[in-house]
Amino acid sequence: MSEQNAMQTGSGSVLQVQSLSKSFGGLQAVCDVSFDVGKGELLALIGPNGAGKTTCFNMLMGQLKPSSGDVFLNGEKITGMLPRKVWRKGVGRTFQITGTYASMTVIENIQMALISHHKRLYSLKPFATRLYRDEAMALLELVGMPEQAERACAILAYGDLKRLELAIALCHQPTLLLMDEPTAGMAPRERIGLMQLTADIVQQRSISVLFTEHDMDVVFAHAHRIMVLNRGELIANGSVDDIRNNEMVQQVYLGGGSVFASESDDA
Amino acid sequence: MGLFIAQVLTGLANAATLFLVASGLSLIFGVTRIVNFAHGSFYMLGAFVGYSLMQVLPGAIGFWSSVLLSGLIVGLIGVIVEVLVLRPVYKAPELFQLVATFGVILVIQDLALLVWGAEDVLGPRAPGLKGVVRILGEPVPLYDLALIAMTPFVLFALWYLITRTRIGVLVRAATQDREMVAALGVNQSWLFTGVFFLGAALAGLGGAIQLPKGGADLLMDFNILAAIFVVVVIGGMGSLPGAYIAAVLISVLNVFGVSYIPQSTLVLMFVVMAVVLTIRPYGLLGREEVAGEHGQVGEPERPIKPASVRTRWIVAALLLLLLALPLAGSHFLVILATDIIIFCLFAASLHFLLGLGGLVSFGHAAYFGGGAYVAALLVSQANAPMELAFLLAPVGAGMAAVIIGWLCLRLTGVYFAMLTLALAQLLWSLVFQWDEFTGGDDGIVDIWPSAWLSDANTYFVFTVIVGVGGIILLRHIAHSPFGYALRASRDSQRQAEATGIHTKRVQWMAFSLAGALAGVAGALFVFSKGSVFPNELEIAKSFDGLIVVFLGGVKTLSGGVVGAASFELVKDYLTRFEYWRLALGLLIIVVVILAPYGIVGSLRRVYERFTTKSVVPS
Repeated sequence: MSEQNAMQTGSGSVLQVQSLSKSFGGLQAVCDVSFDVGKGELLALIGPNGAGKTTCFNMLMGQLKPSSGDVFLNGEKITGMLPRKVWRKGVGRTFQITGTYASMTVIENIQMALISHHKRLYSLKPFATRLYRDEAMALLELVGMPEQAERACAILAYGDLKRLELAIALCHQPTLLLMDEPTAGMAPRERIGLMQLTADIVQQRSISVLFTEHDMDVVFAHAHRIMVLNRGELIANGSVDDIRNNEMVQQVYLGGGSVFASESDDA
Repeated sequence: MGLFIAQVLTGLANAATLFLVASGLSLIFGVTRIVNFAHGSFYMLGAFVGYSLMQVLPGAIGFWSSVLLSGLIVGLIGVIVEVLVLRPVYKAPELFQLVATFGVILVIQDLALLVWGAEDVLGPRAPGLKGVVRILGEPVPLYDLALIAMTPFVLFALWYLITRTRIGVLVRAATQDREMVAALGVNQSWLFTGVFFLGAALAGLGGAIQLPKGGADLLMDFNILAAIFVVVVIGGMGSLPGAYIAAVLISVLNVFGVSYIPQSTLVLMFVVMAVVLTIRPYGLLGREEVAGEHGQVGEPERPIKPASVRTRWIVAALLLLLLALPLAGSHFLVILATDIIIFCLFAASLHFLLGLGGLVSFGHAAYFGGGAYVAALLVSQANAPMELAFLLAPVGAGMAAVIIGWLCLRLTGVYFAMLTLALAQLLWSLVFQWDEFTGGDDGIVDIWPSAWLSDANTYFVFTVIVGVGGIILLRHIAHSPFGYALRASRDSQRQAEATGIHTKRVQWMAFSLAGALAGVAGALFVFSKGSVFPNELEIAKSFDGLIVVFLGGVKTLSGGVVGAASFELVKDYLTRFEYWRLALGLLIIVVVILAPYGIVGSLRRVYERFTTKSVVPS
């Protein structure tokens, strides 16, 4: 594993994670995890439920403070920094369970993030609905839902909410996107579509992406590299083919239900 | 030493009542998520019912069975309230039910007046426990010792019921996840009714058991309310042992306060609470509420739009019409309209917090009354001209909101609400007890506007400009980036924080702004009346604000103003009758049941039913 790491760190990594650990009381949720995310790379983090993927994500963007270890963004230490500050450094995030503003329209959801990006949150004078409309509309077109702009966010279908979240995450032209199960809860065809969309966008804009995913079709189709997390430890890290043929990974995913006696949600 | 022990014992005895009533409140809230404002009324009923029973039932057996019977009877009254008033509105938006419980307070107040009259009644002493024992030379009533001995058993019995029985399992499960309990086949409505019975019965017992020490009067419902909220918050929501410890702490400190610092007994309780919550934000034995992102109850608020040009013209025309009101020549009408506009501004500032921010403040009167007192004190103590006092009133109220907001915003949900209430009470007790400075109960009188505003008609025009200006300002801010950030912080704090919004700061600023505008309303008020009294910042005033915001419709932009205007009008009409509380209470309950989305929200639904064809979104 150390060889692989050394290999990938070479060409300008965006995110560096160094022996990150988190324990909740006696439970070691994430244990000594280290990896890099290269520029423009689509990196998948996979693992069974409860492996520590979401915990890992929450530590990267500051929703959780790590017990030990460090996170560097473009060489700057961001360990334990608050989410809103990490966001200002150019990291976007989508959530496993979507978090949108139910009382606003679709386009207003994006305008809200744009207002924040342009640092006009405390402005009292202009009408918010008139700010950055074109920019917001362009983002909606990018994720393919311009005709939904004026609909109330509360009545959107789940797949559209996921796309909306993606548009929100792109508002501040991030250099890194963290996507926690971007296709969870979507129909199979939609999953492929959304992931293809994401891949196209990030490639155009050379954004790096770290994502978790349970659907192996999605992972194998789009990831440049895959890391496997099991019981808080990174057990494999390599190319799609490496992982596909890795015995330990097959053991974890296919080796019956014995890996985890009781499966719990990894929220 | 003897005196010290005697005082501790008195405190422990007083804690019995406080614990009984507070644990009932805590139980009801835990399971039904209803903040039962009427809990003090159940306590008062317990005292009156107990008094009447003790007149009929003789001897020691009669006394104690009266106590138990009062608990039972008040419990049944609680059941009636739950079934008739609350059941129809469980589906309404969160916290809407508290409006209904407020209606119940008014109804019970007048019914008690009708049955028992306006005179305070002196409770009979407990047969067989009339004497005193001397402990280290100090007399201690036997009844006190009986109460002290009894309370731990009550605590144990309740604790056993909640943690060791099947009913207790259901209650605890419902406290954590009502929907899941319902899905497992538990009849939720009867569980709610049962808990309401128990909670009300505990309040009734508390009322009856304190009769030999305190008697019964018509003010005891509001008088105990702040204290039990404080006990529940200090002890930790839902923790019975916590409630007991807090009740003892408050009662014992209160006894010492009375002997050593009689000028600040009321303040003491709130200081203790502030200290406890600074160290342990969720109370002594409470735990942080793991709310999860369940979102709001009921349908979410609709997206808002800036008013169209047509609407603006209509509003402008109506305003001109309003400004022409003095031409009608009715002095009474002008005064009434002034009152209504002031109340509307107060309600609009609370609605800004509650509706847009999702921040339920139970103590908003602090800033209204605070603004009024700042202005009045500047005039009476510093001889400031009216104009300066008027400008500084919102500054003072805003400063209070900055401090209180900072303290309260460390908490969320009902803890936040309770803390705002308690801190507002702190301000009230300061004003009430600091006689030399604030005039105490006698208030501050003779505060009139400058000569150019002294005419009622001119002052009315001034009120329209400032008051309606404030309302329009708040409405505009709702549409501004700041207003959107406030709504975003309410809708999904997680997403807001992950997109660079400092949600606590946004909420803090909104809290301060709402406080400052309530202060403007307070300043308008004091110069229109020429005087101010402590009741302008007491609980009842805060509740009035909450009631009108909910009645008008929390999830509509104009809810606060519409609710305030209709409430003030109706109240002005009804207060001419003797039993106006009864009428107003019943009216509130009827409106709550008929219009569970508030006046504006429910009217909009009716309108939409008639105008829109059912469109299925594709």
